[in-house]
Amino acid sequence: MSAIAAHDVSMVFPTRRGEVRAIDHVSMEIPDASFACIVGASGCGKSTLLNIMAGLVEPTSGSVTVDGSPIRGAGADRGMVFQSYTLYPWLKVRENIEFGLALKGASKRERRRVSDSLLGEMGLREFERAYPRELSGGMQQRAAIARALANDPKVLLMDEPFGALDALTRASAQRFLTEVWEQHRRTIAFVTHDIEEAIFLGDTVFVMSPRPGRIREVIAVELPRPRTLDDLGSPAFADLKRRILSLILESDGAAAA
Amino acid sequence: MASDPASPQATAPGPPPPAAGPAPRRSRLDRYLAPKEPIPRTLAFVLGVSCFALVIGIWALLSYTGQVRSYFLPTPVTTARTLYDMFAHQGFIHDVWASTYRIMLGFLIAAAIAVPLGIAIGAFRVVQAFFEPLIAAVRYMPASAFIPLLIIWLGIANGEKIAVIWIGVFFPLALLIADVSANVPKEFLNIAYTLGASRWQVFWRVLVPACWPGVVDNLRIAVGWAWTYLIVAELVAANTGIGHVILSASRFLQTDQIIAGIITIGILGLLTDAIFRWLHRTLFPYTERVSR
Repeated sequence: MSAIAAHDVSMVFPTRRGEVRAIDHVSMEIPDASFACIVGASGCGKSTLLNIMAGLVEPTSGSVTVDGSPIRGAGADRGMVFQSYTLYPWLKVRENIEFGLALKGASKRERRRVSDSLLGEMGLREFERAYPRELSGGMQQRAAIARALANDPKVLLMDEPFGALDALTRASAQRFLTEVWEQHRRTIAFVTHDIEEAIFLGDTVFVMSPRPGRIREVIAVELPRPRTLDDLGSPAFADLKRRILSLILESDGAAAA
Repeated sequence: MASDPASPQATAPGPPPPAAGPAPRRSRLDRYLAPKEPIPRTLAFVLGVSCFALVIGIWALLSYTGQVRSYFLPTPVTTARTLYDMFAHQGFIHDVWASTYRIMLGFLIAAAIAVPLGIAIGAFRVVQAFFEPLIAAVRYMPASAFIPLLIIWLGIANGEKIAVIWIGVFFPLALLIADVSANVPKEFLNIAYTLGASRWQVFWRVLVPACWPGVVDNLRIAVGWAWTYLIVAELVAANTGIGHVILSASRFLQTDQIIAGIITIGILGLLTDAIFRWLHRTLFPYTERVSR
């Protein structure tokens, strides 16, 4: 059964120049415990689609289901990580990680148990009492992932979480996320405009085309795991990259014409 | 530019400059004059003090040389003596207290309403649509213009002064706080929703805490307006207060008392500013240091 699925979702924004169809009849299914990446040029509606799956944005039509039941607004079953650094600056790292549990009224001992294990796993133990601004960008994103995981969500929704990181930090963050995913086996929907990132991370890559936003193609990435840096140079990887790139360029040309 | 081998800019052929690291060494002055370069704290302190010294120096020069007559501009020493005398013998402390009391009350009442209302305006479109047009309009009416009306309504006692301060502080402050609240990143709220927060929790546990540093910052700015409006109100009509003392001194051409009064306001202003800065540092250790 698919952990999260979009059914015939459309999103229309009214603008001064008339209606813009940001998402046009998109249906997609992400199987349980699988890692799905959504790639596309900027403006293809991939972030909007993710926000709809999170329940933060109501689609004009269509629906989203988690384990087969339709969602009603945002909920703790779908954790989210954004590109911008969204740790709460007034909370220390540990308090940030425990925030979701605190909202639920979990006991202090329970919160500690969860945050202890996540702090260790994310390599943030030394920083538990630091404020977010004292952390590097990479550490902040790890803490943000920990905050989402602490809630034990069914699905992890990630909107270009590594987009603001420099290339080196980004590479290690990607490897790190893979390890976390293999450990926790959550369903992940990961939006990015970086094709290599999508192939490196995903079991499946959904390629979107812009104006109106549609799923252009669904590509299964059959590279064995764990994937390493060597895979980036493999012919299979290069083939996938070329294929996705041409899909994106093609659709961009079609939209411009 | 001439290819002078001694010049740090010289890149033309010629003997390479003597080993001086990868970048040419710049003089200290050169470095301090580069935009946004930090300077040592002692230097900053010395510079700040010397600016005061410069102003007092010019003042002394004008008054001691008799360039400006003493009933227009008394000497710094006379003024300092007068200030001491006012506190020691003329009961000026009561006027200072009267003014401070009005400020505190007027400012506290204004802030106590402006802060929650401002946060609500920034957070809820409904509240914004209802209040913002009125507040935006009243903000452009100078508080001093209300003084005659308030004298008719409330007389010239404390009530009127507090009302002037309230009008002068409340409206612009509410709009500034509304801005702080509206500028809380949407992602902060969205993250809370995806962590299972209710709307109530999002408001109280995310939006409000996210506003606090900006609130205190704007309170610090607003307390400065409170001083301005209070003195205006006291200049127009009052029996006590720093403004009252300044106006009475003016009637008798006691320039030294006027200047002493103004300096007192300046010192009190610096003091309140320091209190708010300390408050900001203590309450919000997680923010970058603010300046302005």
